[in-house]
Amino acid sequence: MAEFTLHVNGSEKKVDVSPDTPLLWVLRDALELTGTKFGCGAGLCGACTVHVDGEAIRSCLTPVSQIGGKSVTTIEGLSANGLHPLQAAWIAEEVPQCGYCQTGQIMQAAALLAKTPNPTDDQITQAMNGNLCRCGTYERIRKAVHRATNGGAR
Amino acid sequence: MTPLSRREFVSAGVAAGAGLVIGFYLPHGSKSANDSGFSPNAYLRITPDNKVTIVVARSEMGQGVRTALPQILAEELDADWKQISIEQAGASTLYGDQSTGGSASIRTTWDPMRKAGATAREMLISAAALTWGVPRSACSASNGAVKHPASGKQSSYGDLCLKAATLPVPTDVPLKAGKDYTIVGQRIARLDTPDKVQGKALFGIDTKIPGMKYAALSRCQTIGGKVTGFDDSEARKVPGVSYVGKVGDSAVAVVADSTWNAMRGCRALKVTWDDGPNKDLNTAAVVGGLKQAAAKKGVSLYSAGDVSKAAGRHISAEYLLPFMAHAPMEPGNCTAHFQGSKCELWAPTQVPQDCRDTVAQMLGLDPDQVKVNVTLMGGGFGRRLEHDYAVEAALVSKAVNAPVKVTWTREDDMRCSTYRPSSLHQLSATVDGSGYPIALSHRIIAPSISGQKGQPGPGGVDPDLSDEAAPLYPVANYSLEYVQTDTPVPLGWMRSVYALQAGFALESFIDELAVGAGKDPLQYRLRLLAKDQDIQYFGNTWHTSRMRGALQLAAEKADWDKPLPAGRHRGIACFGCFASYVAEVVEISMDGNAPKVHRVVAVVDCGQVVNPSILEQQIQGGIVYGLANVLRAQITVDKGRILQGNFDDYAPLRMEEAPAVEVYAVPSSESPSGIGEPSIPPLAPALCSAIYSATKKRIRSLPILSS
Repeated sequence: MAEFTLHVNGSEKKVDVSPDTPLLWVLRDALELTGTKFGCGAGLCGACTVHVDGEAIRSCLTPVSQIGGKSVTTIEGLSANGLHPLQAAWIAEEVPQCGYCQTGQIMQAAALLAKTPNPTDDQITQAMNGNLCRCGTYERIRKAVHRATNGGAR
Repeated sequence: MTPLSRREFVSAGVAAGAGLVIGFYLPHGSKSANDSGFSPNAYLRITPDNKVTIVVARSEMGQGVRTALPQILAEELDADWKQISIEQAGASTLYGDQSTGGSASIRTTWDPMRKAGATAREMLISAAALTWGVPRSACSASNGAVKHPASGKQSSYGDLCLKAATLPVPTDVPLKAGKDYTIVGQRIARLDTPDKVQGKALFGIDTKIPGMKYAALSRCQTIGGKVTGFDDSEARKVPGVSYVGKVGDSAVAVVADSTWNAMRGCRALKVTWDDGPNKDLNTAAVVGGLKQAAAKKGVSLYSAGDVSKAAGRHISAEYLLPFMAHAPMEPGNCTAHFQGSKCELWAPTQVPQDCRDTVAQMLGLDPDQVKVNVTLMGGGFGRRLEHDYAVEAALVSKAVNAPVKVTWTREDDMRCSTYRPSSLHQLSATVDGSGYPIALSHRIIAPSISGQKGQPGPGGVDPDLSDEAAPLYPVANYSLEYVQTDTPVPLGWMRSVYALQAGFALESFIDELAVGAGKDPLQYRLRLLAKDQDIQYFGNTWHTSRMRGALQLAAEKADWDKPLPAGRHRGIACFGCFASYVAEVVEISMDGNAPKVHRVVAVVDCGQVVNPSILEQQIQGGIVYGLANVLRAQITVDKGRILQGNFDDYAPLRMEEAPAVEVYAVPSSESPSGIGEPSIPPLAPALCSAIYSATKKRIRSLPILSS
């Protein structure tokens, strides 16, 4: 076990965990930020996607020891009021069915929009292809990303 | 006026000033309710703070039941939708069957939900009329209030609920005509969406209770194998590991202070196994078993005329389907807190009562000593019709005398699960000079899911086949037969269950007949369905007119009569299951041997649509799920072990493969029928028809990409 100081959603958090513990389990079990989901444990589904210094990463494959002083953002910290343009668009398009993968989808999409404010369909596909949804919400995800980039208009 | 039987209403009264409480009974389609007693299954509660709470006794796994069921009740109640809130019921002996499956939640609760809402509305109107001293016929309800237009008086339901609760429960209440609906049929926003996009929605796996420990299990990878011993010396060196012990016969649990440490401990554990009786089982033997069983005579599911006496040209084909895994996004999990004479569960489950009863039995408790909290589910697709996760959690909690959350890994979920049965279908037809069938025979050779679980249906007919294999074409001589086989591979009900298989086989064969007859596959089907006829199948009536209507609308929306651009091909198919009718047109291009699906037009006739947005979600979702099923989903077995382990070798559909899906509902005022599963069966045959059109190659075994 070892102590780590993490910068999560704008505040400092101290955790005492094994250095190989994936960030996912630190967030979920130690910090009770359960919006980040466990899906595959192998970087294959994207349910665990969070931002580290603004980059979308798979927290299930990222040991806490590699985070250092970098800034971690989870779905809970994506926006102050829970209404990031993507979250608002997700609500407007009624994207979620079971909803389990959607926080990871939104974090992945947020990283895309930060770099590519007006993505094409191909760019959306490329960015989102690593995020699985078993409920089959892909079409509405695509619409919601477009909606978010157009300030709500389509 | 619809008569209302007394037993549908058990209570209306003031519970310690709680306001108007109405209990009502909700039947489950496949499992008969106990006629001898009152069996309330959900509650409507109206309180003086003007809140309307609807308790939903079905599980939310993404299908929108926490919104659609309340919509039905709120419609007849004339509530203001904004005053509605939801409470999830746990397992209870008060309720009828709470199983969520069989695309049944809406269709089996439509009548009781409407009656419950209407009864409450009538009582609230009476309460207002009595209070104001005016004739009740001069009062009306709307938007959560009763009004007396002549005097301008108006009272909210909250103001009226205590008075209403003192009134007798009417046994005969008027129900609205569909044309007057303002809530049913609307694209009302799902109540669970904001929490789900903000990370606030709590799924089973998110459960955390004070003092909770975390467990992971090492399960026997060989089907039917057992633990013979284990060496936990390395596992116990993992920080935070506090317990290692057997769970049942075929697993060892590691309990730790975090999920990760429990999983690490599990990996460090050395278990010795008795591989058991299936250590030589492989997929080839499974297929061989199906082919051998095909020689046996089965039981008749449906018969018309005499297929053996039809004279003409004979055509036959065989279709084969593999085992498939549900693979919901949220891996299996359950939290349990055993405390001597009671046990509490937090379970993402489609079967809260099975969890309660089985856990009670395992722990030597009475069912009412087990409390089940039903959490949100990260997908179900039938996987959570099992109760294995609940039993594990309860046993481990008992062993360590503390609350425990058991979390499965994805590999656990893939390899130690239950699977859609592998099946073989023999189709044959005798056709007339124009190529239309005079006789049609379909033999389903498959293991029985219910049979394997010790609940075979009457007469050796798996009970699911009554909802999932209806003959839809009124061919004069028709035989539908079921040959039950056995397999040691654990079986489960997976989204659309046998309908995917029956639909793929029957509709692929119809396509072959159409091509053999030199006819357009749409026109061929329309000719078969041309006459309005009713087909009786296990007590349900299937109408050729509704199937035909869905096909015609699908063809119209897909521009079936217009040529496609070069390189594009399309196929069409239809099927009826869970009391709904679906037709689909699939448009593809070929990329080498692999089809690229560009567009799917899906038309569903599911009677009255409760929420068009949820309908669209379910149909689109079913098609994406179904497309992954038919393209490459297969669970294979070698040396008694499941070979697939994660989303690399059992790969769901990704965004790049997801087609544009257009969803249309046939306008209908019939009672609502299933929408969760019926979109899956037509997909494979429509897609294979398109592939045939492109390549002249017939696909008779799934998945497509291994054919």
